[in-house]
This record gives sequence, structure tokens and C-alpha cells, in this order.
Amino acid sequence: MFPMNACNLSVKVRQKHIIGPINLTISEGGITVLMGPNGAGKTTLLKALHGIIRLANGQVTFATPAKTAQEQQSFVFQSPIMLRRSVLENLAYPLVINRQDKQSAMERAQTWATKIGLSAHMDRPAPFLSGGEKQKIALARALITSPKLLFLDEPTASLDGAATVEIEALLSEAQSTGTTIIMSTHNIGQARRMASRVLFMKDGQIDAHSAANAFFDTPPTDAAQKFIAGDIVL
Amino acid sequence: MNDLWNGIQQAIWLTLTLDADLVEISLRSLRVTLSALFVSCLIALPLAAILAVRRFKYRRLIISTLNALMGLPPVVVGLIVYILLSRSGPFGVLGLLFTTHAMVIAQVIIITPLITSIAHQSLRELWSEYHDLLISMNTSKWQRIKTLLWDGRRALMTASLAGFGRAIGEVGAIMIVGGNIDHATRVLTTAISLETSKGDFALALALGFVLITLALAVNFTTHWLGRTEREGRW
Ligand SMILES: Nc1ncnc2c1ncn2[C@@H]1O[C@H](COP(=O)(O)OP(=O)(O)OP(=O)(O)O)[C@@H](O)[C@H]1O
Ligand SMILES: [Mg+2]
Repeated sequence: MFPMNACNLSVKVRQKHIIGPINLTISEGGITVLMGPNGAGKTTLLKALHGIIRLANGQVTFATPAKTAQEQQSFVFQSPIMLRRSVLENLAYPLVINRQDKQSAMERAQTWATKIGLSAHMDRPAPFLSGGEKQKIALARALITSPKLLFLDEPTASLDGAATVEIEALLSEAQSTGTTIIMSTHNIGQARRMASRVLFMKDGQIDAHSAANAFFDTPPTDAAQKFIAGDIVL
Repeated sequence: MNDLWNGIQQAIWLTLTLDADLVEISLRSLRVTLSALFVSCLIALPLAAILAVRRFKYRRLIISTLNALMGLPPVVVGLIVYILLSRSGPFGVLGLLFTTHAMVIAQVIIITPLITSIAHQSLRELWSEYHDLLISMNTSKWQRIKTLLWDGRRALMTASLAGFGRAIGEVGAIMIVGGNIDHATRVLTTAISLETSKGDFALALALGFVLITLALAVNFTTHWLGRTEREGRW
């Protein structure tokens, strides 16, 4: 389905310009990390690329037809959305939606519950678990369909070190088994560990887009340099 | 004062001995109201889910109509149903007037807007919680509605119970369309009204006990449903 092409993409909310125009190509493989100050438009860009908000202009295209491409994407939201169901049923939900039989869906879900260390909590209602546990469920639920493209919006924003390590391990594994990842983060350390490419956003625009090494060694723009140095970018 | 005391004593006696009239009337009341509730739920719950999930042309109109219908005095509903079902009315040939069917129809008209409105409110809340996730997963309209109905089932039960409470205690409309015929259309409320006007407080009070017990049971269940939802025991 790659490359993904965003062409002249922009988003408006009630006449207010939020992001764009953005031109962007993402090819298969690797982890693209989206960085930038609060309100830069990271969440909006991710949702626009995923196709769940209306574009004011432009389009996102894939090498495969839109419908096929849509079916091979998952999205992990900034604050995890838990269905009011058990952990297991949350994990199985995307499979059930895609008409897999209940039995095998539940087996897959169990495998994933064990994998994220929640096998003891499988039957507990997911909305009542801790933030870190919910985030892991959200990620496992996104990965359970083996998507070709995975979007994550600050997947470790409110997690401690241990939980962050677990999430990063799951992401690395997904990436090595053929999932292309686009994620936003405020954690520069995480970006250094994970990124193969960096997209730096500022004021609804892409300020810089380069390979991760290059981005951190010789920041391509002024704002990016300040951001990496830990200065406040406005 | 003595009358009243006597009445209470006799009422307790009637209740404890499961007086035939008392049982017959109570069972008829339950049958009528549960039938009405069943029909209402078949209409109200899917309608509430559709109103929550879909944005269609006449959505606002339907919601305002429902709100207007909710404010309709039951006596007026009784009058309208009476006219429609009376011998010279458009549905006169069906011969439904002064049968329990007519009472079910009247109750359906009274409680469907109520149930729809309460159910819609909670499903709309649930939908705003689920919206991004279900859109992201490419769920079909039907899958969205099914998911909302299932995950909102406790709230929907509460809405139905409110409908039950309203219907079982209603007197004006069913008096008009049912006629309060002994052994045919006499139910708890109409019997209480009749016995009271005859000055026979014993049966009236005994019927009142039953009504109060039902109301308390509804209240208790509603409360319990709310608690299990909040505490995540399901
Ligand atoms: N629905 C909306 N209505 C109004 N303004 C919006 C809406 N969505 C986003 N915005 C505005 O668009 C800008 C970009 O928002 P966005 O959430 O994409 O930023 P972000 O880079 O993800 O920020 P953060 O790092 O805080 O998550 C912000 O100024 C925000 O206020
Ligand atoms: Mg954001």
C-alpha cells in the first residue's frame, strides 16, 4: 500500500486554519516520529493522514485503493479509548468487527493479553484499569489485526519508565514484523531511541523532515535546533 | 379514622392471603405494562441508537417531536386513542376499544418518547466516548449501533425501567381506552380509583401496596444498575 502520499493537505475547524498545506510522502517500513510544541498540529495531522477528520483541502493517497488501505491501518489515541467491556473483549473487538469467528478471536486476544502482561486481568472491565494498562490494551488492540500502517498519538505520554519500555518493545517488534509506524511524541529520548525519520511540526506546518540521525546531529532548521537543545519553541 | 385502620388491616389480610381479585388485577396490570414496555423498547432503543450515531436530515425534527410527545398529558393520549379506535374512527373495525390491546397501545404512545429520550441521552454520551475509535476501525453503521446498544445496556435498562414506572402508574389514558371493565380491563390504577370512590379502602390499599412495591423494585433496580456501572462490576 506504500508509499502514502499527502498532497496539499490542510484542515480547518469552523473556518479556522489548523494545519497545512502539507505535502508528505511516507514509504514502507521504519518509524516516523512526529515532534513539535503543543498545538503544532501533530494530532490533527495524524488523524488527517488516517482519514478520520475532514480535510479542507488536498488528499491522502496510497498505492492501493482507499478502502483496502483504510482496512490496514490502526490508530492509538492520545488518551486510550476503552470499550465498556472486559480486557479480552476489548482486544478481540477489531477481529470480531472484521467477521472473524468468536472462538479464534478470543484465542488471539488471550495471546495478546498474555503478551502485554495482563493475563491475570483478562476478565476485568477495561475502563477501570490504570493508565499504563489501558495504553497497553489500546496498543495491543491496534496491533491484533497486524496492520501495515500504525498511527500513535503520544503513546507513552503519561507512563512511567517501565511501562514506556514495554510499549517501545512492542512497537519495535511490530516494526520488525512489517508494520510501518507514524507516531507523535514529546519525549526526545524516545525519538532518539525509536525514530528512523523525524517530522518536525510548528504552527501547523512541517518545519523539517529528515532521517533521524541527520535530524539530531545537524538539526535542519532553527526551530528544530532549539527544540532539541531543550529550548522553548513558540 | 377507624375506617382507615380497618381498611389497612383488611388490606394486609387481602395481601397475605393472595386475594383472587387482587392477584388477577395485579397480573393483568403487569401483563399490559410489560407488553407495552416490550413494544416500546423495540421502537425506542434502536431509534435512540440511530439518533445518536447518524446525522440525517430529519434528526433534529424527530428529537423535538419526541420531546413534545413526552410532554403530552396521558389523558389526551387516551382521548386520541379512543377516537382512533372508536366504532366510527379509522381503526374502529378492529374492535380494539375497551380491550387490553387498546391499553397497551395507549401506554406505548405514552412511554416510547420517554424511553427514547432517556436512552438517546446516554447513548449520545457513549457515542462521543467511542466515536474516534469506532470510526478509526471502519465499523459499519450497523456495527456502531450494535456496539452502542450492547455497551450501553445498563443505561438502556434504566431507561426502560423509567418507562415501566410511568406506564404501571398511569391511570387517565387506560381508564378512557380500557373502560375499567371488571375481569377484562381492570388494572391496578383504575381499580384503586374505582374502589376509592366506592369507599372500599381495603382493596384500594391492598392494590396500592402492590403498586408501591413495584415502584420500589424499579427504583432499587435502577439504583443498583447505576452502581454496578460506576463500580465496573459486570
Ligand atoms: N476541534 C477543534 N476545534 C478548535 N480548534 C482545534 C480543534 N482541534 C484542534 N484545534 C487546534 O488546532 C491546533 C493543533 O491541535 P493539535 O491537537 O493537532 O496539536 P498537537 O500538536 O497535537 O498538540 P499537543 O502536543 O498538545 O497534543 C491547536 O491550536 C488546537 O487548539
Ligand atoms: Mg496532540
